[in-house]
Amino acid sequence: MIEIKNIHKKFGKNKVLKGIDLEIPDEGIFAVLGPNGSGKTTLIKSILGMVVPDQGEIYVQGKKTHANGLYRKNIDYLPQIANFPGNLGVKELLGMIKDLRGGNAQADHLIKLFHLEPFLDKKLSNLSGGTKQKVNIVLTFMFDSPLIILDEPTTGLDPIALLHLKELIQREKEKGKTILVTSHIMSFVEEISDEIVFILEGKIYFKGNIHQLREKTQQTDFEHAIAHLLKKNHA
Amino acid sequence: MLKILKYSFFDLIRSRWSYVYLLFYLLLSFVLLFLNQDLSKAVITLMNVIIILVPLIGTIFGVMYYYNSKEFTELLLAQPVKRSSIFLGQYLGVALSLVMSLVLGLGIPFVLYGLFQSSAIWNFSLLLITGAMLTFIFTALAFNIALYNENKIKGFSYAILLWLFLAVIYDGLFLMSLIVFETYPLDKFTLIATTFNPIDLSRILILLKLDIAALLGYTGAVFQKFFGTNLGLFAALSTLMIWVILPVLNIARKAKKKDF
Repeated sequence: MIEIKNIHKKFGKNKVLKGIDLEIPDEGIFAVLGPNGSGKTTLIKSILGMVVPDQGEIYVQGKKTHANGLYRKNIDYLPQIANFPGNLGVKELLGMIKDLRGGNAQADHLIKLFHLEPFLDKKLSNLSGGTKQKVNIVLTFMFDSPLIILDEPTTGLDPIALLHLKELIQREKEKGKTILVTSHIMSFVEEISDEIVFILEGKIYFKGNIHQLREKTQQTDFEHAIAHLLKKNHA
Repeated sequence: MLKILKYSFFDLIRSRWSYVYLLFYLLLSFVLLFLNQDLSKAVITLMNVIIILVPLIGTIFGVMYYYNSKEFTELLLAQPVKRSSIFLGQYLGVALSLVMSLVLGLGIPFVLYGLFQSSAIWNFSLLLITGAMLTFIFTALAFNIALYNENKIKGFSYAILLWLFLAVIYDGLFLMSLIVFETYPLDKFTLIATTFNPIDLSRILILLKLDIAALLGYTGAVFQKFFGTNLGLFAALSTLMIWVILPVLNIARKAKKKDF
């Protein structure tokens, strides 16, 4: 589904990605983990074509990513920070994105699910962080693309919304989609992901499922296993 | 690109600043017409204002819009839209809304004052065309500056400096070099130096049309002598076109390589 071949990227002198090779299978939930600044978001943005890698190639659904960005039609992306043009209303924003992407979008059940009805006519600059994130989620899930990329989807969500988000992700997975998630909330990752990849200082440090990670680190608890990975590296 | 243009344009039309800009031009032309009591004279006075002011507004608006719409841009970048369409769409949105304010703000008072019955109509249209050209040029330059500078403060300073250089400093340097090298034949140098500054070029364009070129400055006289009025007009307009095209091409080029 997604093939990443030897990606290098540096910003100024800061080498963020140092040769990442990764194959993301066709179905299932794939979590990208790593400490802050390890290059998770850069990797995801490279897949989306928002960051242009210095070296290496990325194939999405067998086709090389191209500068014209039209392949993004098959990707639903949830950005890390919900930044929206402040002077637009929620309804206008939904309409605009629908118009720009074309195709049919089902937003109504999502709006109901996250109780966004009272905010539809409000301006985005007046919304709280959590509500913005809910709008962000609606924008991402209202399209039916085979590939979903979620960058820190849990930021700012209340427990009920988090529950709904997990259900949403499970439902999309059952449809046979590929879902790529980054998160710092280990319990969230543990609960939903089929496979994890751990990035450290721009390189892949571990790839496999949670069971394998526990075996490798000899830790029963997922959170401790990750901490163990980090500690071992720094020792 | 048209969809992006549409959203940028309507976004700007709804913003307060477009109205302030429109009101300013309305006020300016009404006052000038009231004081001059003559359309042709008002056109000349307006020219002096427009040639300095339009570049300033274009630069400031361009830089401001780029930095302010960062969120919008980031949202668009994740959609299946070409990068060049995003930036060119936004650029055209800004430039067109500015041009609209200019045309309406100057046009309405002049039409009310009987522009269509007057002989000044061609001079006035040329003034509007030049104003529009300057808007396109300086908005494009502003977008270039903003694309190269992540830092807002830096971007704004460079934009202001650019305007200051082309509107004020350039002429000073130009005059000084003419004085220093007065013993040499300077016709060609003058001509070439003029094409490197769109503000000078616009001034000459209008002066040529008003047929008072020889009265107002050395460059104008050389231009008229060199080209004759019609050819000079054409040459100046095409050079202005190049001033639009090159920065716009660079916007598309730079946008393709940038990381977000």
